[in-house]
Amino acid sequence: MNYIDPHIHMVSRITDDYERLARSGCEAISEPAFWAGFDRGSAEAFRDYFKQLTEFERNRAAQFGIQHFCWLCINAKEAENVSLSREVIALIPEFLDTPGVLGIGEIGLNKNTPNEATIFTEQVDFAASHEELILIHTPHLEDKYMGTRMILDVLASDSRVTPGRVLIDHVEEHTVKLALDGGYWCGMTLYPLTKCTPARAVDIIERVGVERIMVNSAGDWGVSDPTAVPKFVVEMRSRGHAESTIRKIVYDNPLSFFSQSKRFDFTPRD
Amino acid sequence: MTSTRLAGEILDRDFLAIRHAILNIAAGLDRVGDGRAVDSVAGDPRLERIHEALKVLAEGETGRAERVQMLFSRAYESNWRS
Ligand SMILES: [Zn+2]
Repeated sequence: MNYIDPHIHMVSRITDDYERLARSGCEAISEPAFWAGFDRGSAEAFRDYFKQLTEFERNRAAQFGIQHFCWLCINAKEAENVSLSREVIALIPEFLDTPGVLGIGEIGLNKNTPNEATIFTEQVDFAASHEELILIHTPHLEDKYMGTRMILDVLASDSRVTPGRVLIDHVEEHTVKLALDGGYWCGMTLYPLTKCTPARAVDIIERVGVERIMVNSAGDWGVSDPTAVPKFVVEMRSRGHAESTIRKIVYDNPLSFFSQSKRFDFTPRD
Repeated sequence: MTSTRLAGEILDRDFLAIRHAILNIAAGLDRVGDGRAVDSVAGDPRLERIHEALKVLAEGETGRAERVQMLFSRAYESNWRS
């Protein structure tokens, strides 16, 4: 089955991974701006990173017939440095006409600190004033619940934010309903150990349904599996779910959400 | 949307995986218990959480995964901005 991975960090992956993705039916990917494995020393380093996302990765993906889209922002981890963050946010407008840039993300919280909350709020403001889609990273482990509630507080306090234009990512059993009940889209990350397994993701789908929900591999610096989405497909199939239901989660839903961006220049395969 | 399968089918398919997971927990707790100076972790809040989580597993009602997640989560403070 052809699928879209709506959250994968290809800058951290080797070219062979693109080949594996292509062989497993991956048609398109979206790559949020995130941490580079180390804290960058200047805003210029982010300009280079944004070029890498919008030019180099897009071309590298195209060599394997995969359409590459991306998101721009200062990530929650490096947002601890408020002055650097503001310089990075000021760079973003120069990339906002670039094809394939879907919006602002992944912004959010990491350790739920006041500095992270300040920069998160400023980036929500930036996205709202530029009418951009938003992709949100929720914290890990014991910080996830509190961080998700803080994120929802910030979103709710900005009347310009339309929930249907926001994707809240890395939801799990205890946060998925918070996101869906607020009218937001949500993403489940299939990740060994710290996030969801394919089986748990299907359990969640069976509880909350298939509206406004998608799955991704996150494929990043940690031990992660870039072809996790096909494993979710196999788990859904083995439980007897219809192909149309599976396709909605791994293809139609990301397509509907991304189509709200005017720079989503996607061409479906015949 | 709900489960498409009968509980019996699910148990047939998942019994070994659940048994495997429980054995891993048992062996993990044994590993800690057999460690040197085990008294030093007697009041460790992480162990307390683990023991509370084990009680959740023994409950009859579903929604255990969500309740275990909440047990391992920091509580929400509505005045976080101040
Ligand atoms: Zn990410």
